[in-house]
Amino acid sequence: MDLSVIRHRLANLDGRTYWRSLEEVADTPEFQAYLHREFSEQAAQWTDPVGRRQFLKLMGASLALAGVGACTKQPTETIVPYVKAPEEVVPGTPLFFATAMPFGGIAHPILAESHMGRPTKIEGNPDHPASAGATSHLTQASILDLYDPDRMQAVRFRGAVRPWSAFLGAMQSAMAAQRAQKGAGLRLLTETISSPSLADEIQQLLEEMPAARWHQYEPVNRDQARAGARLAFGRPLDAHYHLDQADVILSLDADFLGAGPDHLRHAREFAARRRVAGDQKAMNRLYMVETTVSITGPKADHRMPLAPREVEAFARAMATALGVAGVAGGPLPAEARDRWIPAIVEDLQAHPGRALVVAGETQPPIVHALAHAMNRALGGVGRTVEYTEPVDASPVEQTASLADLAADLDAGKVELLLVVGGNPVYAAPADLRFAERIQRASLVVYLGQHANETAEFCHWTLPETHYLEAWGDARVYDGTVTIIQPLIAPLYDGKSAHEVLAMLSTEPDRTGHDIVQGYWQRALAGTTKTAWAMVGADGKPFPDLDTLWRTALNDGFIRGTALSAVDPGPVASLAGAAAPPSGAAGLDLVFAADTSLYDGRFANNGWLQELSKPHSKITWDNVASMSPRAAERLGVANMDVVELKYGGRTLRAPVWIVPGHADGAVSITLGYGRALVGRVGNGVGFNAYLLRTSAAPWVGAGLEVARTGDRHEIAATQHHFLMEGRNVFRAGTLAEYLEHPEFVHEMGETPPRTLTLYPEHEYTGYKWGMAIDLTSCTGCNACVTACQAENNIAVVGKEQVKAGREMQWIRLDTYYAGALDDPEIYNQPVPCMQCENAPCEPVCPVGATVHSSEGLNDMVYNRCVGTRYCSNNCPYKVRRFNFLLYQDWTTEPFKLQRNPDVTVRSRGVMEKCTYCVQRITHGRIRAEEEKRTIRDGEVVTACEQVCPSQAIVFGDLNDPNSRVATLKAEARNYGMLAELNTRPRTTYLAALRNPNPTLEEARRAQAPEHA
Amino acid sequence: MNETRSSQLSPQAPIIAPGHTFGSVTDKISSIVLTKSAPIPWYVAAFIGFLCTMMLFYAITYLLLKGVGIWGVNIPIGWGFAIINLVWWIGIGHAGTLISAILLLLNQKWRTSINRFAEAMTIFAVMCAALFPLIHTGRPWLAWYWLLPYPNTMGVWPQFRSPLIWDVFAISTYATVSVLFWLVGLIPDMATLRDKTVHPLLKKVYGVAALGWRGSAKHWSRYETAYLLLAGLATPLVISVHSVISFDFTIGIIPGWHSTIFPPYFVAGAIYAGFAMVLTLAIPLRALYGLHDFITMRHIDNMAKVMLVTGLIVFYGYNMEAFFAWYSANQYETFMVWNRMTGPYWPIYWSLIFCNGVAPQLLWFKKVRLNLKSLYAVTMAVNVGMWLERFVIVVTSLHRDFVPSSWGMYYPTRWDWMTFIGTLGMFVMLMFLFVRVLPMISIFEVRALLPQAKVKEAPAE
Repeated sequence: MDLSVIRHRLANLDGRTYWRSLEEVADTPEFQAYLHREFSEQAAQWTDPVGRRQFLKLMGASLALAGVGACTKQPTETIVPYVKAPEEVVPGTPLFFATAMPFGGIAHPILAESHMGRPTKIEGNPDHPASAGATSHLTQASILDLYDPDRMQAVRFRGAVRPWSAFLGAMQSAMAAQRAQKGAGLRLLTETISSPSLADEIQQLLEEMPAARWHQYEPVNRDQARAGARLAFGRPLDAHYHLDQADVILSLDADFLGAGPDHLRHAREFAARRRVAGDQKAMNRLYMVETTVSITGPKADHRMPLAPREVEAFARAMATALGVAGVAGGPLPAEARDRWIPAIVEDLQAHPGRALVVAGETQPPIVHALAHAMNRALGGVGRTVEYTEPVDASPVEQTASLADLAADLDAGKVELLLVVGGNPVYAAPADLRFAERIQRASLVVYLGQHANETAEFCHWTLPETHYLEAWGDARVYDGTVTIIQPLIAPLYDGKSAHEVLAMLSTEPDRTGHDIVQGYWQRALAGTTKTAWAMVGADGKPFPDLDTLWRTALNDGFIRGTALSAVDPGPVASLAGAAAPPSGAAGLDLVFAADTSLYDGRFANNGWLQELSKPHSKITWDNVASMSPRAAERLGVANMDVVELKYGGRTLRAPVWIVPGHADGAVSITLGYGRALVGRVGNGVGFNAYLLRTSAAPWVGAGLEVARTGDRHEIAATQHHFLMEGRNVFRAGTLAEYLEHPEFVHEMGETPPRTLTLYPEHEYTGYKWGMAIDLTSCTGCNACVTACQAENNIAVVGKEQVKAGREMQWIRLDTYYAGALDDPEIYNQPVPCMQCENAPCEPVCPVGATVHSSEGLNDMVYNRCVGTRYCSNNCPYKVRRFNFLLYQDWTTEPFKLQRNPDVTVRSRGVMEKCTYCVQRITHGRIRAEEEKRTIRDGEVVTACEQVCPSQAIVFGDLNDPNSRVATLKAEARNYGMLAELNTRPRTTYLAALRNPNPTLEEARRAQAPEHA
Repeated sequence: MNETRSSQLSPQAPIIAPGHTFGSVTDKISSIVLTKSAPIPWYVAAFIGFLCTMMLFYAITYLLLKGVGIWGVNIPIGWGFAIINLVWWIGIGHAGTLISAILLLLNQKWRTSINRFAEAMTIFAVMCAALFPLIHTGRPWLAWYWLLPYPNTMGVWPQFRSPLIWDVFAISTYATVSVLFWLVGLIPDMATLRDKTVHPLLKKVYGVAALGWRGSAKHWSRYETAYLLLAGLATPLVISVHSVISFDFTIGIIPGWHSTIFPPYFVAGAIYAGFAMVLTLAIPLRALYGLHDFITMRHIDNMAKVMLVTGLIVFYGYNMEAFFAWYSANQYETFMVWNRMTGPYWPIYWSLIFCNGVAPQLLWFKKVRLNLKSLYAVTMAVNVGMWLERFVIVVTSLHRDFVPSSWGMYYPTRWDWMTFIGTLGMFVMLMFLFVRVLPMISIFEVRALLPQAKVKEAPAE
């Protein structure tokens, strides 16, 4: 592929030209050949009769009995329902329980929906200040992990099944030996822990045995940010950003909208400041420099791809310009140095106290420290950014902590190693050679959900409970505590970390419930180490444990437990704190947590494996991402397998060219290439941990890339096509919009509604509609997974995705515009448009898709015979067809997960987005019982509910005051392909950018295709 | 020979080679059926047809077990080979009715030598075609009767606005009338075979099929009336069936489908394809069974001319499609045509233009029309071209429609090919079985063409 040809071709195009992929633009013979080679995929049907899918099913059937055997009754412990819950369980009416998902040591507050004792769906907790009802796609998908049939199902000692009592016996004797030597041979390895009760249990253990050591390690940790805070303030502090207070934001490679412990709140606050609707006519402004293309990057008003070392140089130059002394250094592109930095500095300084600089979690400590210094200089501390003590129970530098453990293992000091969760053998830095060292401990106990790579090397392997199966507690990023309550008895005879740690103590029989409640009883009495200022909704302390407990479970959080802001004091001098980056040539290797699999813990989750990654739309794989120029230099094209040589280690991975990626780096995401996780995730993708060292956990210099001549086929849900100047995605700048609001409508024609001989249909009752704000949408994928969970959508597997048969009802389209190396990137969620003049309806020969009196385009699955004419005739191509038997009808645990309100579709049937008609029906029943109409906001679709940036709004168009009706009255509102007179009920609000006029002028001058 | 040929080709030339008597015609045609052995090529062709038919059954069985996902269809290309083949086969099935009905009404005597096997070809082609709408559905076990308007306690009816329902009526009506027409036309010849055969069982079988035909004047009078009425009934079907098939596309809003030009150009295309297939079959059969006296060069020339005319109409259609895409200034239409010409499926489009637009231009030349080899090459090009036309219409319209993010590619799988080749085999097998057990040329009608038959014409005329 000749990228110079592509660049030339793009430069010669007129107008705002959207393009989808490089191959398409190039139209190379290789691309043609790729297209032709696709034929061979179908061969799998022929040559491999017991293919992957079938194998999964067979395996599922054999495991079904195990699943049934493990189901037990509901726990006798009290679960206090959330406010929505009725007195008793009413069949058909779900109950919602407030709890939280612990993730990376941080609680994600949720409401878990329970149908007759089965948790079926995760919703955000709308009352919780940290998320306001939103969740991430990972939280959404975590429900599937509960029912994962590949979870560890029994206690095993050296592979042989043992009862829990045998483990208890073994522990008691091992612990007796340890107690005698004050725990000198005892080591505990956990993930990041913010749970006050679990931390307390560990502290008690350590007090009892002072020679024992507690190590924490997670591959995606906050070491860099903490080190940065230590550099700036002399102590580890957590920064909390208040985007609602910020007018101008500079992000130094910080994906604050898409990742990190607080990104849901960030996304909401950021979107709120950009929602030009009603009286709000102003937007904040975001400048971003980044290496990879993150979720946040494309939302920036100005984005510049910079190699990692240039990001640091950029931060240094910015800080110098803002008056931070002695930090200058590092070469920068002329564009950044001469145009960007003066413009951004001017803009930031024009907004004292309203400006914010955010450093990326994976940036080196110096960049964090520089960001702190800049915020200090701009008067943002206390306004746009606040500091608290770390939320972790015991903030340690995790890489160092694991290295200490490795050293102890080498020294033969470890007699009993208890690994609680995590997967250190797979995810530890490669230089620690953990698989080798863990074998030097005399006895290793592993508590985890899967018999994974780490369990391979452990003597005792214990099934860990899912967070929906056990009691616990955790803190959100601001410190607020949530009690985690179980919704179902452990499916697979698991125990929680609390209970297993109790087995090491002198009171081994305590249940998780007693341990957690006991801690909070002591907290109420004030006898815990941490002093808790817990208050009720009325602001008064709780009179007794019962009130506290019920309130906590009901609300999903305990008021008064948030960390209080501290004054970090002045920023220390950073002069000479770290050497400025050199200008050495060569490629950097950048690691990143995967947007779907995170650090690999979700590898056996089919929803996430099949979730197409933002912008690239890749499923079922990870790739070595690089810029078009880098690929050009290396002479590689998409899907070419290259050998990444780095630090004496090598890894083979397929190339993916990412427009907008920084030139001097190749990035690869973690979490793939799992050897032992389960049927879904085994052997999928490439294990980037093999290259990751403790010295360079995120960025390393000196990468060499060698071509191998092999190819690895990638399944992407969207292919490589030009946008052809069609106006399905409409975008403009704030200035354009304020000056001439009609520009959105002038981009496409909408036929008058009078162009028909027939009288218009009157929708007298409800008239459902949806508005999607493209300015707000970040393309984070939460809606896709939420829809999959809510609507029982099948996973089809890589081969079927490659064949173009993915099933997700809502998809995220990505369009690129402008220059190849630094394009504008747009994301557009596309559910069913629920057209009033639906082209799908008149062509169905059996009337299986019909219009409802409220304007929904309904699918009657029972009536569908599968001619697929409706899909052919759908201009939006939002219909999905069960070409084969995609639903897993045999695996027992999955049956428990399904939403009983939604039909499970079988082979040969068309399906599509229904606007969550089951939720509308629930709302209607409730309203009719109370003899009223459905209130605005009472019925929320799954995608709307989950959306962190509140980009999706659903409601009744007949109610002129509804949120959706007011949004649709905006001048930004347009219907996709409205020129076809389909009259879509789902409409879009055009995307607006708020560029800096100085930089925008220069940008337009540089990019003639924008003329 | 050249002289004979040119004399045969003058408008006055006899349709039957001179020298035949009633007896020689009857003997010649019936002897093909009433013999114990068949020529070796017959066995070879019928056996290949049989093998392919078995492959078809295998492919359909696997399809029913697994689902249409074994084919290359996907989103956005919901229809693939199945619909292409349906339209192609239905098109081929058009020549039979045209020859039988319209040419009969137009008093084109030359039709008699070819109408019988053209009708048989029609029926077999419609059988192949009718298979596809059923098996291409996701749930054929329901589709086979849910698309029919039958009274039921739930009061559920098909959706009459859908062109797929019109299809069901169009194809089933066409199949019924074609079979009826064919069977009625066979009655006098059945009686001939009944009378000529010496085998007692065959006598019974042909006797039953002859429905007690004795050849009385009354029989002939009623027969002629019935046949004419059926011809009248079948004539509108020639126009309607393929018009309705074209509605499957034109009712849709997809660029490349949504077009008013489709009905006439589909009908012309169908006749085009049908005549190409008649020639494809007639030329080898004529040689195999030595039927040069009955299927003369005049027949072949006439058929080639019909092909040329309909081919020009079809080619005009292609040009108009492109012209109006440009003239409409509709970006989707313009892109659709441009994508056909230069997109990933450009070889298919240009092959289509070559096969259906360029190759038939050779038929302007008498030399080409009268040279069996060159004519055969043209007919094969048209057969292929018409299939490609349907591929272009179905696939290239769907694969890049309105929203670019949803564009895709279609690649047929081995199961697509097995099903398609399987129907070709079934068609060949049925044709050869027909040739073996029924007179492939209408004996009584050919007899009526002999000069001897004209003696007793009514003096009033």
